[in-house]
Amino acid sequence: MTQDKIDQIIDKFEAKPRALIMILMDIQHHNRWLPKEALERVSERLGVPLAKVQQIAAFYKTFSLVPKGDHELHVCTGTSCHLRGAQKVLDTVYEVAGIRPGETDSESKFSLTAVNCMGACSLGPVMMVDGQYHGRLAPSKTEDVLKNVK
Amino acid sequence: MSEIEKLLNPSDFEAFQKKIVEGRDPNRTAVAVCSGPGCLAYASGKVFDRFKVELLESGLAEEVTLAQTGCHGFCERGPSVVILPDEICYLRVSPDDVKEIIETTLRGGGIVERLLYKGEDGLPVQKESDIPFYKHQQKVVFGDNKRIDPRSIDDYIARGGYTALVKAITTMSPETVIAEVKESGLRGRGGGGFPAGAKWEATAKPPADTRYVIVNADEGDPGAYMDRGILEGNPHSVIEGLMIGGYAIGANEGYIYVRQEYPLAIDNVLYALEVLREIGLLGENILGTGFNFDIIVHKGAGAFVSGESSALMSAIEGRVGEPRPKYIRTSISGLRGKPSCLNNVETWANVPLIINKGADWFKSIGTEGSKGTKIFSLVGNVKNTGLVEVPMGMTLRQIIFDIGGGIRDDKEFKAVQTGGPSGGVIPEDMLDLHVDYDELYAAGSMMGSGGMIVMDKDTCMVNVAKYFLEFLSDESCGKCVPCRDGIDQLLEVLQRLTSGNALEEDLELIEDISLMMKECALCGLGQSAPNPVLSSIKYFKDEYIAHIAEKRCPGGVCKALIAYTIDKEKCIGCGKCMKVCPVAAITGEKKSPHKINNALCVKCDSCYQECPAKVQAVTKIRQADVITAFATSEEAANE
Repeated sequence: MTQDKIDQIIDKFEAKPRALIMILMDIQHHNRWLPKEALERVSERLGVPLAKVQQIAAFYKTFSLVPKGDHELHVCTGTSCHLRGAQKVLDTVYEVAGIRPGETDSESKFSLTAVNCMGACSLGPVMMVDGQYHGRLAPSKTEDVLKNVK
Repeated sequence: MSEIEKLLNPSDFEAFQKKIVEGRDPNRTAVAVCSGPGCLAYASGKVFDRFKVELLESGLAEEVTLAQTGCHGFCERGPSVVILPDEICYLRVSPDDVKEIIETTLRGGGIVERLLYKGEDGLPVQKESDIPFYKHQQKVVFGDNKRIDPRSIDDYIARGGYTALVKAITTMSPETVIAEVKESGLRGRGGGGFPAGAKWEATAKPPADTRYVIVNADEGDPGAYMDRGILEGNPHSVIEGLMIGGYAIGANEGYIYVRQEYPLAIDNVLYALEVLREIGLLGENILGTGFNFDIIVHKGAGAFVSGESSALMSAIEGRVGEPRPKYIRTSISGLRGKPSCLNNVETWANVPLIINKGADWFKSIGTEGSKGTKIFSLVGNVKNTGLVEVPMGMTLRQIIFDIGGGIRDDKEFKAVQTGGPSGGVIPEDMLDLHVDYDELYAAGSMMGSGGMIVMDKDTCMVNVAKYFLEFLSDESCGKCVPCRDGIDQLLEVLQRLTSGNALEEDLELIEDISLMMKECALCGLGQSAPNPVLSSIKYFKDEYIAHIAEKRCPGGVCKALIAYTIDKEKCIGCGKCMKVCPVAAITGEKKSPHKINNALCVKCDSCYQECPAKVQAVTKIRQADVITAFATSEEAANE
């Protein structure tokens, strides 16, 4: 992500310290993670200490301080999906890709996020792969889904 | 929206409304394709796209209104398509069904029977409101979803939208508005159930130059999506409620704090606000009454604890969303130190109804202490998953069995969980409990924001308690020690329980830690965090004891305590289990009983789920019994 792009985002919010979270969300949205340089630039332009910028970046779930893989896996771990076997979906992802929630695999193919509720309870357990829903996932089906991601 | 002219006074609005209503034919055919989160997951977007194309091709596009609406509620059978005005309800509609619907129903006036709901008796049900799932509901807040395109203010106004706002700002004083809301008995729908009118009054009272009204749409309960359903499907109802609140309290600025995981809700709200500004229902001197009001949308960056009032206000200020001690309530010193009134999405959405229909109407629904209706997300091991709206006072049994259709796969009911991570479980012998703030609280649970999670006999109550603590451990902000360390200590004890290493005195330890947390934690999250554990010990102590004394998990969930075996009397040798086993632990010839090698088994549960329901040869036993089980089978083989 270029400094120009970061500056553009900051300018959109008139470099207001109050808009810190919004600015970081925009950067996260465009870049899919928050590189150190971006945090430093935000700190400098907003006049907010870097430690405070980092505190926000670490506190909210939206932000990632490490690069994301090519494909984003979101496994629903809401209560309903939990009852219907979300843990088994997570276990299968771990077996196939070797990652736990919050992690990206060594080949940067998959990033895994556990989310609380997707509102697709009737399909549970659910996993979203790059925005596509896959429901009623038994371990074998989860494996198939992952293997078919190119 | 056709030609846009700013509405400058109440009579402009009246003329505007009249024009919309008169321009509409109530008998016009309309197709409402549900695009709630459940139906979208079933690809209802493709169904909508196909309707668009096919309607054009069939030449009916001019005569039929097509809309992508908010959630209809019956997620279990999505995608749902309702044909108005007759309310013909088609379920599980796929893009390939669209042509047939157009030809048979829209053109021919007939019915596509295979897409209708079929009850237990096998008889098809044509009208949406006759389907048992809908029949027992009372849709007050949620009912207009299928008749409203969330992107059309005309649709909302045609259904009486914004008349409550106009009534309030032109004919009522702020005090009378507050009095009406107080009189209605409306209580906060976000969880605590604090009387909304009292909160409004407390915010209006202290002297201040600025006040704020805020919508809490940071819905974070795992397994709950009611607020999303309202905000996506009928954003104007929430906005109108907020504006009425702003007028009553004396605020000129409102905030909608909505989690960024709900992009459709954000888009629909932003769009609605833009339209309102264009027609002059938002901004300076609204309808010439002197009332100035604008609304800002703040996207939440994802933190469960930020749904707490003081934390949410910190987040809007651009800081970390952590709670603060509330010696002074946010109604006196909230956002930027100003009196601020925070209510949940559903609470605000009730306000226009109260203003229009009156407190007496609202009071006529519900129980002594809980008025109106409540929307629940009825999920878990229930047949009819979805969003349901019922009058307060309905029993849990009616909701789960009459509306929800009972337990999935006709298994036995075990418990129902309400109130999310702050609530508790309710056992079978208390199913006749009424949905009511005070009754649920007395039972050790709470109303919460509306998650209602049904659990069958294959659920382990210790595991569920552990699940909520894991969730809370992740979401605790860590500011106060009782919550940060208390949750982790409780979690450690529960991990001992689920791994079979707990001692009898651990139950006392749980009670000690819980009491400390309830007394000492800073905010509601920490104070209520022990509830899921305490309520399950209260009603399912035998399960805890089984984990401790017998190293047995009655629900058959805790991996360390269970093992799988195949009943050779029951096994028909179909080979299904063998096929799904990821580690080749199952062996056996076709049509003769199969066997599981427990040394290889990873307990993934696939075989248990795959074994045909009529056969049920795969069973769960105690891990501790595995060796003996093998010994007996060996012995049997020798004999």
